[in-house]
Amino acid sequence: MRRSLLFIPGNNPAMLQNADCFESDAVIIDLEDAVHVNEKDNARNLVHCYLESLTEVPMEIVIRINAPDTPYYEDDLEQVVSEKIDAIMLPKASPASCFLIDQVLTIIENDKKMNKKIGIIPIIETATGVLQMGEIAKMPRINGILLGAEDLSVDMEVERTKKGTEIWYPRAKLAYTCKALKIDAIDTPFTDTSDNEGLKEDALKAKELGLNAKAAIHPNQIDIINQVFSPSEKQIIWAKRILKATEEAQAKNLGVFSLDGKMVDKPIIERAQKIIKMAQKYRLD
Amino acid sequence: MSRFNPELLPASFVPFASSSAFTKKERTLIPEKEKSENVVYLHSIPSLFDELKITDGMTLSFHHHLRNGDYVFNMVMEEIKRRNLKNIHLAPSAIFPNNQGLSELIENSNVTNITTNYLNGPVAETIGQGKMQGLLIMDTHGGRARAIESGDLKIDVAILSTPAVDHLGNGNGIEGPSACGSLGYAISDLKYAKKVVLVTDYVIDSLKRVDFPNEYVDYVVKLDKIGDPKGIVSGTTKITKDPIGLKIARNTVKLLDELGFIKEGLSMQTGAGGTSLAVAQYVKEKMQEKQIKGSFASGGITGYIVDMLKEGLFEKLYDVQCFDLQAVKSIKTNPSHIPMSASVYANPFDPKVIVDKLDFVILGATEIDTNFNVNVTTDSKGLIIGGSGGHSDTAFGAKVTIITSSLIKSRLPIIKDKVTIITTPGEDVDILVTERGIAINPKRTDLLQKLTNSKLKIVPIEKLLETSHKITGEPNRIELKNKVIGLVRYRDGAIIDLLYQYK
Repeated sequence: MRRSLLFIPGNNPAMLQNADCFESDAVIIDLEDAVHVNEKDNARNLVHCYLESLTEVPMEIVIRINAPDTPYYEDDLEQVVSEKIDAIMLPKASPASCFLIDQVLTIIENDKKMNKKIGIIPIIETATGVLQMGEIAKMPRINGILLGAEDLSVDMEVERTKKGTEIWYPRAKLAYTCKALKIDAIDTPFTDTSDNEGLKEDALKAKELGLNAKAAIHPNQIDIINQVFSPSEKQIIWAKRILKATEEAQAKNLGVFSLDGKMVDKPIIERAQKIIKMAQKYRLD
Repeated sequence: MSRFNPELLPASFVPFASSSAFTKKERTLIPEKEKSENVVYLHSIPSLFDELKITDGMTLSFHHHLRNGDYVFNMVMEEIKRRNLKNIHLAPSAIFPNNQGLSELIENSNVTNITTNYLNGPVAETIGQGKMQGLLIMDTHGGRARAIESGDLKIDVAILSTPAVDHLGNGNGIEGPSACGSLGYAISDLKYAKKVVLVTDYVIDSLKRVDFPNEYVDYVVKLDKIGDPKGIVSGTTKITKDPIGLKIARNTVKLLDELGFIKEGLSMQTGAGGTSLAVAQYVKEKMQEKQIKGSFASGGITGYIVDMLKEGLFEKLYDVQCFDLQAVKSIKTNPSHIPMSASVYANPFDPKVIVDKLDFVILGATEIDTNFNVNVTTDSKGLIIGGSGGHSDTAFGAKVTIITSSLIKSRLPIIKDKVTIITTPGEDVDILVTERGIAINPKRTDLLQKLTNSKLKIVPIEKLLETSHKITGEPNRIELKNKVIGLVRYRDGAIIDLLYQYK
């Protein structure tokens, strides 16, 4: 039930220091694209020290490791996997790479005698990945999938546009796949950090298709993303009324009842419950 | 209170008691200067020195409306140096980095005492190194007006840069190539200095408006150029893009809304820093959303506040200094954009004082301590980097005073057990908004009560101090030398703290 996930370069101490201030539901500490090959060791060390220093943070911590076809991913995992993190983000994911990371994580968790099971968030950023999405989503530890539209557009040899027509299909497929498996459908970042209106429009498009979260590449994008993917005040009021009416109906042993002239049944009640759960989680109620 | 020992004060100074102590005192007014019969026109600074017989030990005052673009102050300093005058007391309303030539005059004892409201740059460094023979007295904007009208600050000659002057000796700030808008800081100098000189580069037949009436003016000096318009505008008048600054600004406005301050008729003041401007922007959005109109905004005015006036979000702007050229243009053309004197702005004894009518003020801090005392005079090493300006004045007057700051600046925690220097007393500071939480002065039980069910992260200031120490470690205390180099004078004339030479 994440709404926003903020990328933070793993080699940027100032950003790391303030990671807990940006109000994203998760931060993705990046050891991959944001870090030059010559900086990989430094970044790993920095992230390790940062994680060591953490006591309590209000957000999830996700680490984007280097892809398993690089020489870096094993060191990444060895240094950063601990009780302090929540998930590993896996670039250019395939069923095989998800399986591999699951195996490595299991070994590290056992070695470190961890009580926590680290999740995996694969990134779908190739045409093959899109076709394998259903299979990837069913792999162990997967609790969300991120669409990586920039690399996907390159793979598809199509222009990446603000309109986003070129990613309509993968977005829709992501929404259905994740909804079916009750995991997070995370939209690709909006790369123009100065265009707030464009960001809002883009996030709304993703939401309309059924995605429930969006990645951000700048902290100033978080507020808009959180607003778009949060239930509105009107929805919260509606949900509260539904749940109150449900309680009253149950007291009268009514299975189906009506409110404001509209029938209220199980799917409606479940939707109201979800809205309230989310509102409570994000202190919107 | 840092190292301040009131017993060390010279007898003529009174130690600070409380911010409201002045309410038990009467206003002291010396007679206004004698009306001048004729205005004499001159064409150089040396001729002015000859004519006025400016000599050792005199007090010369200036305003800082041309800011970092002012030429006049520097030309006068050159003349003091050329004549090798000694023991001059300077009383500019502020000193900027472009006044660096003054350092040499201080080291040569040409200038031995300075009274001002704000200083930074090389001159601040020279004084901080203990190189000035006499004392630096740092006033507030309102306090300077009080000091002048009461005779605490006696001015022999007020030398006032004036963008436009007519043939009768009237002046204003809105016309001419060096137009800077409001001339609010100079009004007390104009009325109470023994002699008043307008220095201009633009003389015309008639003015669109008179800010300096000729009855107060003795001399006009017409020069080729009195300033560089590029330096006149403040360099910091842009909304921050820093996500931490924006978060602080967003939460400040959420807090103001929860406290009920975003309401019809609101009055406010924000600074010209990036976070303050972001607060103004979010206040604007909230006012538009609620479809409300404020009564006024005051202080130094920026283009962002001018836009709010133009969009009908305020009835009036009260402007003591224009921070950018958009504000200069507006004050020239919009009758609802009203210039005000420093006395009307902030003098505690002025019956019309604007700061007392403020609902809220947004201010900054270089340090704040767990008693909510604020330092905006020095950095944490004791180096002078500013001064109160209107900080203490607005903090006293506004119903709610909010300090916005990131918890850590340049790897140093902003919160201290005790600030290096007290500029504004904690009794007048109500709220600190940081990126990691909001602290309310426990004395404001009314605010705490209103925020009981707030969704904002309200925490004791001690908790924020602890959080910052967890991140940075506890910094060593800065040792200053024993030599007192200056006094921080509260707006009522009492001494709130001492400035020491730094190591």
